Amino acid sequence: MAETAAPLQRAVVATQPARRRWSISWSRVILGLFSALVLLYLVAPVAIVIPMSFSAAKYLSFPPPGLSLQWYQNFFARADWTSATIQSIRVAFTVMILATVLGVAASLALVRGSFPGKDIVNLIIVSPLVVPAIIVAIAIYGIYVRLYLVQTFWGLVLAHTVLAVPYVVVNVSATLRGFDIRLEQAAQSLGANAWQTFRYVTLPMISPGIFAGAVFAFIASFDELIVALFIAGARGRTLPMRMFEGLRMEIDPTIAAVSSMLITFSVLILASAEFARRRSRGD
Amino acid sequence: MTTGEVLAGRAYRESTTSRRLEFRRQLGYFLLLLPTLLLLLVLFVYPIVRLIVTSVYDGNHFTLVHYRRIVEVDLYLRVLQTTFTIALQVTLLCLILGYPLAYFLATLRARTARLLMILVLIPFWTSILVRTYAWMVLLQRQGVFNRWLLELGLIDEPLRMMYNRIGVLVGMTHVLLPFMVLPAYAVMRGIDRNLLRAAYNLGASPFQAFLRVFLPLSLPGVAAGSLLVFILALGFFITPALMGGRTDMMIAQLIETQIRTQLNFPFAAALAAVLLVITLVIFAIYNRLLGIDKMFGGGY
Repeated sequence: MAETAAPLQRAVVATQPARRRWSISWSRVILGLFSALVLLYLVAPVAIVIPMSFSAAKYLSFPPPGLSLQWYQNFFARADWTSATIQSIRVAFTVMILATVLGVAASLALVRGSFPGKDIVNLIIVSPLVVPAIIVAIAIYGIYVRLYLVQTFWGLVLAHTVLAVPYVVVNVSATLRGFDIRLEQAAQSLGANAWQTFRYVTLPMISPGIFAGAVFAFIASFDELIVALFIAGARGRTLPMRMFEGLRMEIDPTIAAVSSMLITFSVLILASAEFARRRSRGD
Repeated sequence: MTTGEVLAGRAYRESTTSRRLEFRRQLGYFLLLLPTLLLLLVLFVYPIVRLIVTSVYDGNHFTLVHYRRIVEVDLYLRVLQTTFTIALQVTLLCLILGYPLAYFLATLRARTARLLMILVLIPFWTSILVRTYAWMVLLQRQGVFNRWLLELGLIDEPLRMMYNRIGVLVGMTHVLLPFMVLPAYAVMRGIDRNLLRAAYNLGASPFQAFLRVFLPLSLPGVAAGSLLVFILALGFFITPALMGGRTDMMIAQLIETQIRTQLNFPFAAALAAVLLVITLVIFAIYNRLLGIDKMFGGGY
């Protein structure tokens, strides 16, 4: 279609008066500048944190007066920071595995199955994405107090899994819908049982969706603050909780070091997700 | 028995076995769904239902006293009003900043647009706490902006850009802008450029073509982004808690203080129920207009 449109486009451009083309490009210049400013607004604050984390000053300034690793040293030397980080990684990793297994199974059922109430189940599964976290937090807190799950590792893991499962379901369902069910039927007609069909046909085809869902699930838990504030307790303190404390009292420059590491981490994840997407498309 | 009857009998038996097979298949699917369904029923649906019950039932009988308190106490009404105003302001800001950006990206070649989109996605994937921290560093009294402005001699004393509405709007818009840009861009990419060329051919100016052709076609994406930003802004907690002023409290902060300092669970539950109903109504509108599948993770 693009080829057939090209001569037409050239003809259209050629017949347009020159003045109009000038006015188009002026508005484009303004539009481009405005867009550049918006992109700057989005990225600059994130980018500025990294040089500041290497600052030799005792206060926050930009550009930093000298370079030092003092805030990184501070982070790794202090048990309250390292233990919170380790706790967050443990919780997020467990949530990722649980949410991925549950989410893939649920997606298979929701995309391939047809049973009464499917639409309602679909709605329930995605609703944790839109219900404000504060509501989920106090609702679960109300239940956990009675179940003695407050301040427990598994309590936090299960609560975060509720928030993470929808990301897996949305991503995996999208890839499942995108692939030809006749491939599964072909495998089964050649004698594969349900498990073999899943393991050797379906799973490889939907692995990009599973990967994306798993990454989302990990981040959903790793970055989650509000539910953790209510149910994790001081001993099970996560990294976001520790950061929140650091920001509420005084602005602790150690957070600059933590933030820089987290930004690097998210850029790496973004890059790997992009890589996986490209590889799955084969370009 | 005639051949016809034999065939009919076989067809009947086959259809019952295939029906039974189909039933087993569907049962299998349901079993796959069961663990997730149970998790969500026990740790999401039931807790929220209980929360709402707590807000209207005091152990012995039905009561609306907590809801009456929300409406009758000035302070709480003001919190609701502030929440709505901030959510609306943030949505407008996202629209003003996001629409031109999405439009610009949609006019670029796909490869270039993908590269620039990384600049939208990096903040999108960065923790809200990190981004709020960055803004606090920039906007606080002794912060980067104030130092620069003082050194340049543009101001004589530090401006107050944080612990007030300005800080909240700057921080929240930064967090929510990608939720506007991503759906708007996706829809704009799909608009057939030949329609614009047709408009030019029929004598429309670029502005007219934009207003009468492109803008209406881009509305679904804009509506999706706006509703999403508005819903998420209503329940915001982290940015207003860290960058907001004491008198500019939003509903999520009020709920948190009611539980953590006042220990007033039923009243907090009533506030949560109000927030929930508003959120779900907008969610329903969204679902009616656009379908929830397009809401998250549907690619960029």
